Amino acid sequence: MLKVALRHAFPGFTLDAAFEAPAGLTALFGQSGSGKTTIVNAVAGLLRPSSGRVTVGDTVLTDSDRGIFLPPHRRGIGYVFQEARLFPHLTVRQNLLFGHWFTAPGRTSDLSRVVEMLGIGHLLARRPAALSGGERQRVALGRAILSHPRLLLMDEPLAALDQPRKEEILPYLERLRDHAGLPILYVSHSTAEVARLATTVVLVDGGRVTAAGPVADMLSDPATAPLFGSSDIGAILAARVDAQEADGLTRLATSSGPLFLPRVAAPVGAPLRLRILAQDVMIATAAPQGISALNVIPARVRDLTDSGGSVLVRLEAGDQVILARITARSARALHLAPGLAVHAVLKAVSVAPGTIGFSAG
Amino acid sequence: MTDWLTPEAWQAVRLSLKVSLWAVAVSLPAGILVAYALARWRFPGHGLLNGLVHLPLVLPPVVTGYLLLLTFGRRGTVGQWLDQIGIVFAFRWTGAALAAAIMAFPLMVRAIRLAIEAVDPKLEQAASTLGAPRPWVFLTVTLPLILPGILAGAILAFAKAIGEFGATITFVSNIPGQTQTLPSAIYAFLQVPGGEAAAARLVVIAVVIAMAGLFLSEWLSRLIARRIRGT
Repeated sequence: MLKVALRHAFPGFTLDAAFEAPAGLTALFGQSGSGKTTIVNAVAGLLRPSSGRVTVGDTVLTDSDRGIFLPPHRRGIGYVFQEARLFPHLTVRQNLLFGHWFTAPGRTSDLSRVVEMLGIGHLLARRPAALSGGERQRVALGRAILSHPRLLLMDEPLAALDQPRKEEILPYLERLRDHAGLPILYVSHSTAEVARLATTVVLVDGGRVTAAGPVADMLSDPATAPLFGSSDIGAILAARVDAQEADGLTRLATSSGPLFLPRVAAPVGAPLRLRILAQDVMIATAAPQGISALNVIPARVRDLTDSGGSVLVRLEAGDQVILARITARSARALHLAPGLAVHAVLKAVSVAPGTIGFSAG
Repeated sequence: MTDWLTPEAWQAVRLSLKVSLWAVAVSLPAGILVAYALARWRFPGHGLLNGLVHLPLVLPPVVTGYLLLLTFGRRGTVGQWLDQIGIVFAFRWTGAALAAAIMAFPLMVRAIRLAIEAVDPKLEQAASTLGAPRPWVFLTVTLPLILPGILAGAILAFAKAIGEFGATITFVSNIPGQTQTLPSAIYAFLQVPGGEAAAARLVVIAVVIAMAGLFLSEWLSRLIARRIRGT
């Protein structure tokens, strides 16, 4: 568990942030200039805050009251920067082993394990100049992991990459989150990344933490959801691959009932996390007949929130929450009210492939 | 060779090479340290240090030589002390090396400082987050990246040391076999009737050494830069 409390004044900007990051991936989410990178730099020891306390487990990294400030090289924190920052004069292999050499010399088995996980075996002899952006970022990730950190920091590691390169790296980040048992603090201003990767979200605005909580709650809570951008609002559903059907659909099991999606490339039994955008969900008060949408999920209205012309409806289905955005006129016409039994209607094709991620369960 | 160059002239060439090599070799670590301090550290006296380093570049060489004599001469403030532990600069080849090192120091520091300023401090930050203590960050990241600059600085300083005349002749005089470097020898030959031919030969050698130094510096810098870029 990472605990952070920081206060630092810059000309024209004051950082005053406190939050806790449990195991898993904690996303620091906020606009550019909100202070996310400053927080991460203070955790890494690259910035000495005028006052504050940073601890990982039992280890105190910064404590201004007791005059403790560990230098970066003694913190045991891996840092993946936005621009990979690989050493240009070293080969990929030498880059990967740079931190390893200082933290665990002699343990050579780690290299092959990390190289295999990141799929960078064919790059080992190359120099960073001969790598693509995505390859560079994977090497930077491997380099940080191989320094045997107790915490991994990532400052928008995908921001400089185009969509295909992002897709190339996301599975590695999911694997790292689920299998390495390493807490990750991840800076992002992309809702899609947060929805796919985060277990916990910390909202940062103007140098302050405005809200924090589990990702599914934060993305579906009408109080916090609009902060992720109106077209990006959507609930996260936990699902499991149930069957691959002959007509190209994949049947998923969720606690809200079965869900049919276009072919999901995952083995039967694989746990998934789906992001269902509120604007893709329709609400019907009676079970619809003669409708092309495959997914009709029985649900109950929990609450309605006015959000600038449209209404955000929070639905309970099983033990999960689904968000729907409808017009105020529809909400009036359907007499929607908390407690009302309804059906959430979802087109199979409206769950975009990029929004499906693997999860530990 | 001995027909073409008199033994005296040949001696001056060898002495010049020896003096310049020692001047560069001994002052290089200090040059890297000062360049690093000027490029990366902010401390009281930063401007003063910068001024002191550049002073030999703007002072008349004869003034630098005279100041060296006052400081490192046998009766000089520092020279007295060094004399007691057996280190003598005055009128020895070591004094010529000291004079050459001081006169070449500004050029060396400027070249290395430029190279250090071109290294992205973010790379050094990355190295420290990977567990490297400061000295190791310097040795494994900064130093390899500034190698072309160090080399260029060293060769430039060497060429300057070969050509140093004013401060050297003021500080250690012009003693054949002891302190008579290549420029001093040329000067001496020009003072005697019929010495022009011998002086001309030394001039040719001076030009060859200078050109070779410049070409070597260019070539090595490009080679190392290519290796670092990894292309």
